[in-house]
Amino acid sequence: MSGPAASREVLDAAIHESGHTADAEGHVTADGRKIGGVVMEMKNITLRFGGVEAIKDISFDIREGEIRAIIGPNGAGKSSMLNVISGFYHPQEGEVWYRGERRPPMKPFQIARQGIARTFQNIALFEGMSVLDNVMTGRLNQMNASILDQAFWWGKAQREEVANRQKAEEVIDFLEIQNIRKTPVGRLPYGLKKRVELARALAAEPRILLLDEPMAGMNVEEKEDMSRFVLDVNDEFGTTIVLIEHDMGVVMDLSDRVVVMDYGKKIGDGTPDEVRTNQEVIDAYLGVAHD
Amino acid sequence: MPEQLIFAMEVTLNGLLNGVMYALVALGFVLIFKASGIFNYAQGVMALFAAMTLVGIQQGRVPFGHLINEIFGTDIHYFGWEVPALAAILLTVVVMIGFAWLVQKFVFRHLVGQEPIILFMATIGLAYFLEGVSDLMWGSEIRNLDVGLPQGINDAIDLATFEIFGYGFFIDNLDIAAAVIATVLVGGLIAFAQYTKQGRAMRAVADDHQAALSVGIKLNYVWVLVWSLAGIVALVAGIMWGAKSGVQFSLSLIALKALPVLMLGGFTSIPGAIVGGLIIGVGEALFEFAVGPMIGGATENWFAYVLALVFLVFRPQGLFGEKIIERV
Repeated sequence: MSGPAASREVLDAAIHESGHTADAEGHVTADGRKIGGVVMEMKNITLRFGGVEAIKDISFDIREGEIRAIIGPNGAGKSSMLNVISGFYHPQEGEVWYRGERRPPMKPFQIARQGIARTFQNIALFEGMSVLDNVMTGRLNQMNASILDQAFWWGKAQREEVANRQKAEEVIDFLEIQNIRKTPVGRLPYGLKKRVELARALAAEPRILLLDEPMAGMNVEEKEDMSRFVLDVNDEFGTTIVLIEHDMGVVMDLSDRVVVMDYGKKIGDGTPDEVRTNQEVIDAYLGVAHD
Repeated sequence: MPEQLIFAMEVTLNGLLNGVMYALVALGFVLIFKASGIFNYAQGVMALFAAMTLVGIQQGRVPFGHLINEIFGTDIHYFGWEVPALAAILLTVVVMIGFAWLVQKFVFRHLVGQEPIILFMATIGLAYFLEGVSDLMWGSEIRNLDVGLPQGINDAIDLATFEIFGYGFFIDNLDIAAAVIATVLVGGLIAFAQYTKQGRAMRAVADDHQAALSVGIKLNYVWVLVWSLAGIVALVAGIMWGAKSGVQFSLSLIALKALPVLMLGGFTSIPGAIVGGLIIGVGEALFEFAVGPMIGGATENWFAYVLALVFLVFRPQGLFGEKIIERV
């Protein structure tokens, strides 16, 4: 063995042995995608609602360019975790580290401006606006013409609108929703809405994309489409993706690493294969009684 | 052509022009209601305050003059200069934007996520507070407002209609000016909402707060923007009504005229506010013309409300409002 292939194997082996904390520079996956260093790290996150602990002392990291899944039974705290990452919830304890710095408590809009885009479990689109307009809202942070320029539709505002419109159209093409560009979102079927929501998030050109159950309630064909899009996004743009999903088949196929949660605790973390064979995870899914 | 029909035409025309004014006031409500779910009871007082401020700046009055004189025993009322109308309008716009910022910072920021009724109560409080501030700043006397808008009968229309019908229509130049300005303002607002970044953010916030946050929209900023726009609309309404009948307390009651317009047009629709305003303007004028004499007149005072009530029974969401669908 010699050359890059060898070093890759060594790296992979190292990762396998020591869980996920091994290398800082990253590695290349079997299908040739490059996975970089840690981009975000959750350290000892605890989130309470009144007396209920939704998340109990959970730590994990997210690497640049990987697809990271969070799975677990209903009520495990998966969505809460996503809401912590995107700033909709603020944990009582613990730290979020993003790009090597500790992130102070921030509002969701500030976090969105840092390059973290998301979709919601119960689709949160602008129902009254067209698909194109919805996607364009994803570009809002890429526009910096002043309000006066905007009001009078002056130089910079005009140039920006054209550039952003082009980007929005690219995303629309990429997700194959050209034929519904002008349709008000409220009239679309569920599966397409989910895709539009993904388009809006993508339009922001995020570093990290958070997907809360992107395939919930879809039929097999729609699920296949969505899986393909998730993989394509990751592959083409190198976007880091954190995803919550219930469909085990989908999760195991898509993700590089999986965090398993149950009753607010982390019970497993590793590659799909590792997680699949983890006894605690199997118990949680088969519904072994908690003590 | 029968005389009655010619009169009816004149009445309709005047009603239309009046309706534009109603629409203008209603528009201020719709802007805020759409973006934040707040029914802004203070919209009328905002028009009064804006008009008072405009007159005050124009005439070079010292704000809080009475108060200053009481405390320091001085006797100053005027700075001694006069500000040109256009500059005074621009300064008043700045004041209204400042007001929007203060309202957001000290009132509604702290009430995010509260029940609509609580927000509504807050605007009632705001209305009385602003009324007081307006009195304190500029006094409570009736003031003449003159920003150079044309007034009096429009000779061209008078002449043209006289030649066609043998009867000259009485159309006030001020009404025509108001209609033109209101149309430009509404057109501008619609274009702004449709094609600019801020406009898109405004529509996004109006549609879904959570989704707006997730794409990086700062809610506070949008709310200040919306209150500023409502302030500017209030200023324009204040100028029109103030030029017509003087700037005085009753100006704040135009808010009550906007209520039936909103019920007709729907609280969430800008086209609704416009069409609603026109229908009520024409409706009340024609009703007064046709039925008024039989029942002793003064039907303008109540006709709009009766029409609104009928609408509440048969179409509670208004002409253009979002349809109310209840899921069970």
